[in-house]
Amino acid sequence: MSFPLLTATAALPALGAVATAAVPAARRTAAKWLALLISLGTLALAITVLVRFDPGGARYQLTESHTWIRDFGVRYELGVDGIGVALIALTAVLIPFIILAGWHDADPLETGNRRWRPTQGFFALILAVEAMVLISFEATDVFLFYIFFEAMLIPMYFLIGGFGDRAHAQGEEAAATQRSYAAVKFLLYNLVGGLIMLAAVIGLYVVAGNFSLQQIAEARASGSLHMATSTERWLFLGFFFAFAVKAPLWPLHTWLPNAMQESTAPVAVLITAVVDKVGTFAMLRFCLGLFPEASRWATPVILVLALISIVYGALLAVGQRDIKRLVAYASISHFGFIILGIFAMTSQGQSGATLYMVNHGISTAALMLVAGFLISRRGSRLIADYGGVQKVAPVLAGTFLIGGLATLSLPGLAPFVSEFLVLVGTFTRYPVIGIIATLGIVLAALYTLVLYQRTMTGPVKPEVSTMPDLRVREVLVVAPLIVLLIFLGVYPKPVTNIVNPAVKHTMSDVQKKDPKPEVEAVK
Amino acid sequence: MNPVNYLYLAGLLFTIGATGVLIRRNAIVVFMCIELMLNACNLAFVTFSRLHGNLDGQVIAFFTMVVAAAEVVVGLAIIVSLFRTRHSASVDDASLMKL
Amino acid sequence: MEKLIALLIAAPLLGAAVLLVGGRRLDRVGHWIGTLLSTASFVIGLLLFADLLGKNAEHRTLIQHLWTWIPVEGFQADVTFRLDQLSMTFVLLITGVGSLIHLYSVGYMEHDERRRRFFGYLNLFLAAMLLLVLADNYLLLYVGWEGVGLASYLLIGFWQHKPSAATAAKKAFLVNRVGDMGLSIAIMLMFTTFGSFAFGPVFGHVDGASQGKLTAIGLMLLLAACGKSAQVPLQSWLGDAMEGPTPVSALIHAATMVTAGVYLIVRSAAVFNAAPDAQLVVTVVGTVTLLFGAIVGCAKDDIKKALAGSTMSQIGYMVLAAGLGPIGYVFAIMHLVTHGFFKAGLFLGAGSVMHGMNDEVDMRKFGGLRKYMPVTFITFGLGYLAIIGFPGLSGFFSKDKIIEAAFAKGGTEGWILGGAALVGAAITAFYMTRVMLMTFFGEKRWQPDAEGHEPHPHESPAVMTIPMIVLAVGSVLGGAFFSIGDRFLKWLEPVTGHSEGHSPVSAGEVTIATMVCLVIGVGIAWAQYGRKPVPALAPRGSLLTRAARRDLLQDDFNHVVLVRGGEHLTRSLVYLDHSLVDGVVNGTAAGFGGLSGRLRRLQNGFARSYAVSMFGGAALLVAATLLMRAV
Repeated sequence: MSFPLLTATAALPALGAVATAAVPAARRTAAKWLALLISLGTLALAITVLVRFDPGGARYQLTESHTWIRDFGVRYELGVDGIGVALIALTAVLIPFIILAGWHDADPLETGNRRWRPTQGFFALILAVEAMVLISFEATDVFLFYIFFEAMLIPMYFLIGGFGDRAHAQGEEAAATQRSYAAVKFLLYNLVGGLIMLAAVIGLYVVAGNFSLQQIAEARASGSLHMATSTERWLFLGFFFAFAVKAPLWPLHTWLPNAMQESTAPVAVLITAVVDKVGTFAMLRFCLGLFPEASRWATPVILVLALISIVYGALLAVGQRDIKRLVAYASISHFGFIILGIFAMTSQGQSGATLYMVNHGISTAALMLVAGFLISRRGSRLIADYGGVQKVAPVLAGTFLIGGLATLSLPGLAPFVSEFLVLVGTFTRYPVIGIIATLGIVLAALYTLVLYQRTMTGPVKPEVSTMPDLRVREVLVVAPLIVLLIFLGVYPKPVTNIVNPAVKHTMSDVQKKDPKPEVEAVK
Repeated sequence: MNPVNYLYLAGLLFTIGATGVLIRRNAIVVFMCIELMLNACNLAFVTFSRLHGNLDGQVIAFFTMVVAAAEVVVGLAIIVSLFRTRHSASVDDASLMKL
Repeated sequence: MEKLIALLIAAPLLGAAVLLVGGRRLDRVGHWIGTLLSTASFVIGLLLFADLLGKNAEHRTLIQHLWTWIPVEGFQADVTFRLDQLSMTFVLLITGVGSLIHLYSVGYMEHDERRRRFFGYLNLFLAAMLLLVLADNYLLLYVGWEGVGLASYLLIGFWQHKPSAATAAKKAFLVNRVGDMGLSIAIMLMFTTFGSFAFGPVFGHVDGASQGKLTAIGLMLLLAACGKSAQVPLQSWLGDAMEGPTPVSALIHAATMVTAGVYLIVRSAAVFNAAPDAQLVVTVVGTVTLLFGAIVGCAKDDIKKALAGSTMSQIGYMVLAAGLGPIGYVFAIMHLVTHGFFKAGLFLGAGSVMHGMNDEVDMRKFGGLRKYMPVTFITFGLGYLAIIGFPGLSGFFSKDKIIEAAFAKGGTEGWILGGAALVGAAITAFYMTRVMLMTFFGEKRWQPDAEGHEPHPHESPAVMTIPMIVLAVGSVLGGAFFSIGDRFLKWLEPVTGHSEGHSPVSAGEVTIATMVCLVIGVGIAWAQYGRKPVPALAPRGSLLTRAARRDLLQDDFNHVVLVRGGEHLTRSLVYLDHSLVDGVVNGTAAGFGGLSGRLRRLQNGFARSYAVSMFGGAALLVAATLLMRAV
């Protein structure tokens, strides 16, 4: 038996979480370094996965399979396709930056507090989330996936509810109330989604007799497993609901602005750039993979909901007064694009959607982390409290602008490639929806530039006049992300190469072919 | 005598006990009524044992007696300690699960 | 030779990267690095030009494939450059005028502490603009297209501490994004029609595509062009863009970027030729804009905004010409090039005037400056003569051809378009004479400012006047050089194609008509601004004047309909999101909360009430069992 690489990739942060939590209270800094090292080690393993993965090979690679609960046919089955590899890489890349950006977010309020333990907890929880997200991307057994899909909520709940922005306008107590409201809202939304999915998971077992993605797909393809149309549709809806909450899709989105607003910037990035991606990823892998007929059946409604998400999220972003809420609504708009790409059922749309997941992760991380640095300097999340920052902190303003430009999908930066692919993929099949979605690019420019204008330009406000520019640690966080954004914008081939074959499989899952052009100008 | 009459008696005793539990406030009386209900059940068990011609019912009756005896010990101890702290044996005074 | 094409872009891009990332260490040499790299790009352009000239007219297309950009099933975008006569023309214009303006900026921005960054942005602009004209497919063109938009955004808002500049920058970007929407829809349409958006496959298969698709593609490309080239109805940003430093106005908002729309239309000639309906719309847009811009230009007292109106109007001429089809393409580009010379020269002259006048832009506070700034006066004057179409100067050749081509369209359309173009020529003569008279002639009208500083008008340093002189020479000689022996026509024809139309009026008649218009325009301006003194405060003016001062109410319309409407929409959506979408969820939660409150009352702690429920439950169970048995 070969080395269980996938298990190791997920196990390392899990063990790291335990180890970090066990560091004595006084050795706070050691815990931070340990967490950072563990996340870098995970990155190394993820890169190994990337290298060992052969885009031209079998659909699922690096597979591991063990019996887990024999009586219920539950297996410990792991395997990755190109989409999974891309997202594993994204997660592993982002976590070190999240840890580095949140270096001081959980420090004790008064220095010299030797019994303060939440620092260890903060970093341990981040690693725990990483482990669970990774295994969700790797699991090819529905039950195994479900367990970690749900378990993720626990550390996330504590991260949102336990750690917030330091200085708060209404005082610490009000902040704590709002934080716990946000955390409970997050938990309840996702729990309800998860419970409905649980029902569908059980239903799937009743119909199929096991949980293995591959076995079920094979059985359906060979005709030995027949699902009644209505059964398939109900099961699809059960799965989709949970993913749509997580993604989030309009009108199930309202937990995201609260959660992102109340948590610290690194945790907000963790939510939107990493955890939410499990939702969109699972739509591709489970909804389309297990229930192709139902997916085609539900497409019109989902496309419309995605379209509403795009326009609605962008319009609401324009109307926000809180920086983090603005980014949250922008993310809702972007998730609309991802879901649009997935359900447009074209190669361009699905490749674009996968690429979008990766790029949105990086671009949101860049924008949100810089926003977090900004907020930590002034102690306010309100846009109106800033002005003229560009003059006092040009590097901060510059990186903020680049993050913003990535969010509005400026050509040359990574998100443009994916957004355009999604639009083209949608347009070839549904021209009207494609055109309306294009409105999103105008609105994106509006909210980004309004945000930049109000915070960074104009006369310098007295409160920001002493604001320091980015520190070395902060530059170390942002600069690599910006380099990645530019690199993937100019040369996205490394990602598309591993994603394309997987998309081909998904397209054949749902038995869809790309529409042919009117004139075949290229052979 | 027709053994079914014992069943009627058991039913009667059980009803008396149940009524007592529901309407009396004094813990001692409530306790005695519970005992009455238990014994009504015992009577029914024994009667059924006779009717069916096997010993199962009688065995269970013994079990019940043992359990009832243990229950009396614990119950009376609780009642006594309640009375000590509150100077009352009313069950309605003990509605908070704390002293 | 084609290996050099990438270097054209790489040089300024490197400059931008070095200057923007390099930090304060480069503050002292940054401007020279920027100028050097821009000039390097110009020299490479000249080398390539020489190479092209050495080739047969049919083989003057160089293709450089660098790498595959986006490879996805059925969708392929490459980073490929195409250098042909059309892009070569642009390369020389962009790098040539660009280098001159870099040089000018060294002097103009001397006292700005962020000069290094300014040059970084200028370099970025050059790189993006070159990418735009060198791209071999529409998606890569789109990258350049938005790249110049970004550079324009950064440069308009360069003085970010001024809220007006920041707002103008944002407005420019947003309006341009509306146009970009058009470009991206056009690309998507091309993809669904041809399965490709590279120039070769698209232009080669136009015949097979349906008329409806082609018209749609044409209209979407026009929308894109309207955004970038400030054509009606997306023209509103150009006037505000004058908030940027004057060299920026000269380079981006006069000579190069705003003409990208014309490039796009001429480049897509094959599509437009096959979609006459779209072409008609192009000519209408061009005509409306040329009149619109000219009217706005007449009413502005801000010298830069008057010139901006003029730019809009001149680009209107180019778009009109481009819409006329093969008769007009060459002249559209020719006017674009000559306009690049004289309008950049005019803007640099305006900048020089502002430089000497404490950044004053109100022409009512100028007057009599010819004595103080002789070089500026002469170069500006030559640019003025060129733009109004004074015989022999470059504007004369290029504009005349466009008017001729418009008449040659034939039928009623031809008369309307040609007539409008003639009227435009008259108005051009009027407003440009007005600018000239108000700035350089008459009595001096400037006063001390609020702090008591009296402006001391002075000639600008050589680093600024040299570019102005070079551009003035170009404005004088360019048209004649291009037109003699139809040099420009022969050069561009292989790319754009050319056909001679049958004009109802002869070339000579058109020239005479233009001259008459010119004299009328100059005469009215002289009567109003030359003979009598210019009032220092603007008179109230007629209804049209007042409307023109407000950009013919376009901004008011935008404000009321789009800005206010948008604000109301977003505000009500924010409210709805909170009260309705969130409200439903919170309502459900509150409902469950209330329910559990009720249920909690059952747990009252009274042992006897528990006993009642136990007995009740037991009774129910017994009853149910009996009932089941009975049934």
